[in-house]
Amino acid sequence: MSRRSPRPGFVLEVDRSTPPIVFHHGEGFRLERLPAGRSRVIYPAEALAGVEDPEGAIRHALLHPLGDSDPLPALLFAGMKLTIAFDDVSLPLPPMRRPDIRQRIIEQVLDLAAEAGVDDVHIIAALALHRRMTEDELRHAVGDRVYDALAPRGLLYNHDAEDPDGMVVLGQTRHGEDVQLSRRAAESDLVVYVNLNIVSMDGGHKSTATGLSGYAGVRAHHNPATMRASRSFMDQTASELHKSNWRQGEVIRDAGVTIFQIETTINNDTFGATGPMSVLQKREWEWTARDRATFLGMQAGLGAMPTKQRRRAFQSWRAPYALTSVQAGEVEAVHRVTTENVYRQHLVPVEGQTDVLTMGLPYICPYNVGSIMNPILVMCLGLGYFFNLYRGRPPVREGGVLIMSHPTPWEFHPVHHPSYIDFFEEVLADTTDPVEMQDRYERRYAEDEWYRHLYRTSYAYHGVHPFYMWYWGSHALEHLGGVIIVGGDVRAVRRLGFRPASTLQDALEMASDVVGPQPSITHLHNPPILMADVT
Amino acid sequence: MKALRFSRNLPRFAAARVAGAVVPGRGATVGPLKLVDIDPPPLPGPEWVRVRPRLAGICGSDLATVDGTASRYFESIVSFPFVPGHEVVGDLDDGTRVVIEPVLGCATRGIDPPCPACARGDLGRCEHLTLGALEPGLQSGYCCDTGGGWSTLMVAHPSQLHAVPDDLPDEAAVMIEPTACAVHAALAAGVTDGDVVAVLGAGTLGLLTIAALRRHTRPRTLLGAARYPVQRELAALLGADLVVESGEWRRAVRRATGSFAVGDGAIERLTGGADVVVDCVGSAASIADALAVVRPGGRVVLVGMPGTVSVDLTGLWHREIALVGAYAYGTEHLADGSRVRTFDLAADLVRRADLGRLVSATYPLEHHREAIEHAAAAGPRGAVKIAFDLRDDKERDRL
Repeated sequence: MSRRSPRPGFVLEVDRSTPPIVFHHGEGFRLERLPAGRSRVIYPAEALAGVEDPEGAIRHALLHPLGDSDPLPALLFAGMKLTIAFDDVSLPLPPMRRPDIRQRIIEQVLDLAAEAGVDDVHIIAALALHRRMTEDELRHAVGDRVYDALAPRGLLYNHDAEDPDGMVVLGQTRHGEDVQLSRRAAESDLVVYVNLNIVSMDGGHKSTATGLSGYAGVRAHHNPATMRASRSFMDQTASELHKSNWRQGEVIRDAGVTIFQIETTINNDTFGATGPMSVLQKREWEWTARDRATFLGMQAGLGAMPTKQRRRAFQSWRAPYALTSVQAGEVEAVHRVTTENVYRQHLVPVEGQTDVLTMGLPYICPYNVGSIMNPILVMCLGLGYFFNLYRGRPPVREGGVLIMSHPTPWEFHPVHHPSYIDFFEEVLADTTDPVEMQDRYERRYAEDEWYRHLYRTSYAYHGVHPFYMWYWGSHALEHLGGVIIVGGDVRAVRRLGFRPASTLQDALEMASDVVGPQPSITHLHNPPILMADVT
Repeated sequence: MKALRFSRNLPRFAAARVAGAVVPGRGATVGPLKLVDIDPPPLPGPEWVRVRPRLAGICGSDLATVDGTASRYFESIVSFPFVPGHEVVGDLDDGTRVVIEPVLGCATRGIDPPCPACARGDLGRCEHLTLGALEPGLQSGYCCDTGGGWSTLMVAHPSQLHAVPDDLPDEAAVMIEPTACAVHAALAAGVTDGDVVAVLGAGTLGLLTIAALRRHTRPRTLLGAARYPVQRELAALLGADLVVESGEWRRAVRRATGSFAVGDGAIERLTGGADVVVDCVGSAASIADALAVVRPGGRVVLVGMPGTVSVDLTGLWHREIALVGAYAYGTEHLADGSRVRTFDLAADLVRRADLGRLVSATYPLEHHREAIEHAAAAGPRGAVKIAFDLRDDKERDRL
């Protein structure tokens, strides 16, 4: 059976015949009609075909490394210390259906290690300052076989960036940035890093320099100055975040830590080809009567659900992502290929900027898997991640307005986000300026013993994490003339320093106070993920 | 004379309790409080004097009385019918402007020798509130013999009178009595230099307590919790280092003290906590909140009138927390060894901190229902102290 080639992403100019557009809106959706004649919608590319034999592709990558690296079997020997690190629960989004790509890779790496007689193996979830993964999440990522073989013996575990005996500072970059690493990784003969790239920012030296680091290392680039100088941090050539991680990677390499990097890319098949969510991957004017009925039925069903049940339903979604590439070997050579493969799926050519950028924010971001998208994460997803999904220049002009759609509940997951609650109540009540909050509050949160305790023993993000979420939006905050949230909790939106609006039409009227009447509008039809290549 | 009089009337008391539960202050409409024309109270003794109230405040305890929520504890130490109003600035017959120190201790009752507390000057601890020449009554405003400030005329013993300087406005003077409560509470709180002190509640008493703590103690951090924006602004103006919304209280105290907490991210209680917590609300929830954030061996001071409450005191036992009350005033022992009348300290604080600005609105007696409902909803309506204004009442000069 022949299969149609996936269509690339494209820009739709909105006219009178354009149907209402789907906006993600947390655990729900809004259908919005954009003004004709001055609006455009950037659609993501359809899902690329996955590799037909993932196991074979992985094996091929391990045996045919890129860059200055031997094949993995040549790096393995009896008596060696081997550490396998893998990306944590923040990737991919939503979590993928079993078997997870990380499981497929780790199983092969372990098979090769066993063949070589390696018996000192540790597997570490490289979560940096994120929350620890639960047993279920670890099992999902590495598979039951690997988990049962290693976890009970304490050989598969979460990275602990606050373990005073488990971390080591390797030195400083030529820019004076501390480089901190897991002691186990630093003292290993080989670190195999198993990555999963969902956006172009992921991977490369960032995998180890950030993922296996701690506050001392992460603060070198997770700060307002670096974020503001990253235009965008999805574009490696223009990202200070990227450059800082690369400098740290050099120090790690120069310290004698050998890294065998395995990177993977996935396609845009976020919501599947069948089932109620599949309409989210279709273009609205191509909806069939069945699609419309499905969408309306889904809306009605969601509307009837209590919030918790709706959240549970969305959080239980597992994406049918397919592997589109896997490459292994030396970090930088691998990452160059990975980035091209990410761009192949995500990049959409866009001409020029508009006055207003609109976006519908979904129910999930990297930091609320199995959790609540609290207001700080709403800010981070919108102004940090989605705003930065560009290369060249932002699709909205400097001084323009960002309109986001999300319920933005004044609600927090106390186990996952304890310091977020304090950040929201104390810091944001005082200032929304990233530099000011860095100067006045960051250190206290980073060194708070209770947060440290919860990070190490419970499932809490590190005390400093909400600051990073806010810094993530620094570039957008500086670039934009205003931010409006449609359908959000009014008090929460105001606490963020943004303006609340009941409807998109109200928001557009409010935006015209800033950018003038009849503004031009770009809508980012995301997810599935796209990256605007703006010229 | 014209007066608001509170009578013993059980059906009306029950009605007030129901109405007050629905709309705070609504007990004034259906309860035992009535605007009446009555004879002035006779002078209980030759030294007693007549006082024509100018302003008379509405206090939280008055509201509890009007809405029928006050504890039955008071039944034996009040006498019906009484005219409420114990926060009073008024005029003597000779034109002298005075504020009244309303506690009806041994001196006012003609009891000599006085009880040990009164002998020490600790009027609030008087042991003879039901004895002597007066009917029972813990204060003027709760005794059938003295009248109260919610009228055009009451009587007072000379020991109760404090002259008001000419340059002190009535609005400031009427704040002296509640400020004296706050000063007494601040000095009774046992704050040592460098303590973290947390004040729960920012109604009149909470705000005044913050001002008094700032004036008379030297905490490392003085933290306030308030429900409403105006309260938060005033708490900061009056000296709180940090003011948070009531719902943020436990986390805020944790941050201020660097304590750990019990609860996995949510805060059930702190493992350490504030050295001193001053509860200016007095509800079951506020006492629980206070106990949740005070450190082991710390001190919770109840300034708000509690009534009958249900609170888990296991933590108080386990963490050896001192729970103490702070009522009224008398004579204070200052750190320099001096003894000063609380009212004098209060008058000084009222002037220094410009506490007259806390009087948000005044009403004539005829509009007592609106006044009391306003006072009962002061926080959400952006107000603090509501008072009756008798200055233009024609009845005032008739007697």
